[in-house]
Amino acid sequence: MELWFSEQHTPNVRLSIKVDRQLFSETTEFQRVDIFESTEFGRILVIDGRIMMTERDEFIYHEMITHVPLCVNPDVRRVLLVGGGDGGSVRELLKYDTIDKIDLVEVDEAVVRACRKFIPKTAACLDNPRVEIFFADGLKFIRRKENFYDLIIVDYTDPLGAGEGLFTREFYGNCFAALTVGGIMVNQHENPFYSSDIAAMQRAHKRLTASFPIVRAYQIHIPTYPAGQWLFGFASKKFHPTRDVDLARWNSLALQTNYYNTRIHVGAFALPTYVMKTLSAAE
Amino acid sequence: MRDDYLTQERAPILEALTKMKATRLVPFDVPGHKRGRGNRELAEFLGQACLDVDVNSMKPLDNLCHPVSVIRDAEILAAQAFGAAHSFLMVGGTTSAVQAMILSTCKPDDKIILPRNVHRSAINALILCGATPVYVNPQVDERLGISLGMKVAEVVAAIESNPDAKAVLVNNPTYYGICSDIATITRVAHEHGMKVLADEAHGTHFYFSDKLPPSAMSVGADMAAVSMHKSGGSLTQSSLLLTGAAVNAGYVHQIINLTQSTSGSYLLMASLDISRRNLALRGEEIFDGVIELVEYARDEINSLGGWYAYGKELVDGDSVFDFDVTKLSVFTRAVGLAGVEVYDILRDEYDIQLEFGDIANILAYVSVGDRVKDIERLVSALADIKRIYRKDPSRLMKVEYIDPIVDAAPKDAFYAEKISLPIEQTVGKTAAEFLMCYPPGIPILAPGERITREILDYVRYAKRKGCQITGPEDMTIRRLQVMV
Repeated sequence: MELWFSEQHTPNVRLSIKVDRQLFSETTEFQRVDIFESTEFGRILVIDGRIMMTERDEFIYHEMITHVPLCVNPDVRRVLLVGGGDGGSVRELLKYDTIDKIDLVEVDEAVVRACRKFIPKTAACLDNPRVEIFFADGLKFIRRKENFYDLIIVDYTDPLGAGEGLFTREFYGNCFAALTVGGIMVNQHENPFYSSDIAAMQRAHKRLTASFPIVRAYQIHIPTYPAGQWLFGFASKKFHPTRDVDLARWNSLALQTNYYNTRIHVGAFALPTYVMKTLSAAE
Repeated sequence: MRDDYLTQERAPILEALTKMKATRLVPFDVPGHKRGRGNRELAEFLGQACLDVDVNSMKPLDNLCHPVSVIRDAEILAAQAFGAAHSFLMVGGTTSAVQAMILSTCKPDDKIILPRNVHRSAINALILCGATPVYVNPQVDERLGISLGMKVAEVVAAIESNPDAKAVLVNNPTYYGICSDIATITRVAHEHGMKVLADEAHGTHFYFSDKLPPSAMSVGADMAAVSMHKSGGSLTQSSLLLTGAAVNAGYVHQIINLTQSTSGSYLLMASLDISRRNLALRGEEIFDGVIELVEYARDEINSLGGWYAYGKELVDGDSVFDFDVTKLSVFTRAVGLAGVEVYDILRDEYDIQLEFGDIANILAYVSVGDRVKDIERLVSALADIKRIYRKDPSRLMKVEYIDPIVDAAPKDAFYAEKISLPIEQTVGKTAAEFLMCYPPGIPILAPGERITREILDYVRYAKRKGCQITGPEDMTIRRLQVMV
């Protein structure tokens, strides 16, 4: 018997992964959540038919969404994670002893419950006492905070799903207000390759540049994301991601990583010409 | 028995269209697109299912001008659902329903008592039939700058000093959700032999919830124009006209046929039929949900500070006899922004489209189709706008109700000999055309009203803030036609 999971990347392109078995499936009031077991990618978290993470390549995503802002500002004390119920980003953040508190706001408790049970590789860390989990709407949660967080990470990838509100100007603006003077926000900047995704990327970029004085995109390579390519947005009140960064200081922390290093940090902000053009067209 | 077959679970027009589709008729009748085959681009844009039922009257589908079968049945069901003696499916918008009400009750030179903050469609009807308006000054909330309802005492005074008036028209509610005491007004008007007409363009939902103000039919009013396409969920331009037992439905029908299309759209009629069924079966639950959603939004917006989303606290038992809590109106002036400025910022910067913004308020239309996460977006956007765009409120003009000076009946002014003048030279003259901000579409000046300095100042200010000014022949609004 052969069982294949397919994700439609465009109406004409799909990515298929051979699946051994389905471990979890639940349709909540927000979305459908599935976890599959596969030979090539290990356990896979799928939301509304889209791959959120796999055990095999999650390190790339989670290291790059966390270590980049922390290298720029190692004095971060309070972090807000919006989405990220799989725990991967929390695991990376906990490597920094200097972080006092991580607030994780996840709209759907099923994601956390499922990951805790089936993907301990990323979710085991969620029991750490420095982590507090709120099951709430990110947009609502953030507008009650002012000058509070040093870092906000938007760890939710689908601009059309339950986290639609996290890709809007009102969200970015309220994040700006919730950040401290040296605050940084890292958000999803989508896939720059397929035409159907470009509009979402440009819109996110335009709305982000309207809210923050410093906005740069950086690129990572993720095998299970559309076109294998993904952009994060680095939005900041004060720090430029490659000019205002003390790479030696990060290296002196001697943290263990598999993808991230300070050369990749600088290199990730070097974008292909077509990506630069698409972004500047949106500004 | 027809009555057994006619239950609210049925949708006679929908059923007839479904049956008609299954017969695969060869169409040698209009419309000429022939189920979309003759206009592929249109079919692709609207969808085949839509063009399949864009058909003309035929025996199995009845005829809107003379309904005897399925349209008649749909009208009977709608009348039952809304507690009316008779109902008419309308395909020319609630504008046509408002006009039919007035044309059915007033003849040339008859008087009709109405608040000045009526929709333009009501004054248009006066031009068509030549009736004379007797305006009751709607009270104004000075802080919010919105006109309210009519005080019962003022309506009684108008009735007593105009015993020959034929009807009283009531907004139930206004665009902002304000209700007059329509029950008492109806009782007094009936004691004086006058009909009561209700503009319920914004009140469809009143018929399906006991948590909302009373509907016109429930208090014995004679006619009501109900915008099914607003809170009722039917297609744009579809509407209902309801009549009570004391109204000659046959005559109303003749009046409707004076101006109504003889090719009434089955898309519109089917949408009315389906929406009526939905409201009759699930309306209460639907509007409970809407009420809860709007109350939540109001609380959240008010907790932001600066903005004021008003609700039941406005009720004073008189000029605000009741308030429609499904209306999400927000007073913006304390944030230093005109409503229309917030309206534009929300669309241009936040991708949020509101129903309207006026000088000091915005209105978000919340309905069965809205989701909590969309409410979160609106609230968060208001939080962000306040942070970024907040200005000194004292720079904003305070709006007051401008009591109209009526020099001539709307019809006489509209058809009078007139000249076009540069707008700033018209002070003291009598307007021969409309001048209004759209939306909400309530005239600042109606034909026959005196032009004053105050009015021109208001128009200039509204224009500068980004309001769309409509009405005059000169679409640039530099010139205005006045009576010679």
